[in-house]
Amino acid sequence: MPMEAAEIEGLIMAAFPDAVITIEDLRGDGDHYAATVVSSAFKGKNRVQQHQMVYAALRGRMGGALHALALQTSAPD
Amino acid sequence: MSNPAFERIQADISDNPVVLFMKGTPMFPQCGFSARVVQILSHMNVKFKGVNVLEDPSLRDGIKQFTNWPTIPQLYVKGEFVGGCDIVTEMFQSGELETLFAEKGVERVAA
Repeated sequence: MPMEAAEIEGLIMAAFPDAVITIEDLRGDGDHYAATVVSSAFKGKNRVQQHQMVYAALRGRMGGALHALALQTSAPD
Repeated sequence: MSNPAFERIQADISDNPVVLFMKGTPMFPQCGFSARVVQILSHMNVKFKGVNVLEDPSLRDGIKQFTNWPTIPQLYVKGEFVGGCDIVTEMFQSGELETLFAEKGVERVAA
């Protein structure tokens, strides 16, 4: 079951209210996305921890409903 | 919380300096993301052990729980989780992966 970009954005936004999120549907098939998430919640966390936080926000959908989400995370300057 | 797959995973990452948990084998990757990491490691002449999670469903689920990471591939260097395809690619492009391998004294094979 593919996921809508708005649903992904909503889940991430709920976990990181200050986040600036960009989501791109790479193939237009609702199954391969690239997301950039910038949030102050990532400050002091390494990349693995940052991605784990986003995966947690997606509540188990990553690797299941969501096959491919290329992630880039960072804290604002 | 005891999972028999964890023991096998722990042994793999303790016994081998660089381990890639992947779909397929280094010769025949069965997923584009796994193939990309194999390509990066090969390009850097890094000797690594590929573990095909498709051969064993308990391993495929086990590695996700072990690392607390929902996707495959997963790269381990000297027992530490480095990242999946996105992070490895980002680190390769920025030169951080080269630094990491050098710092950890990872063995290279002759090109």
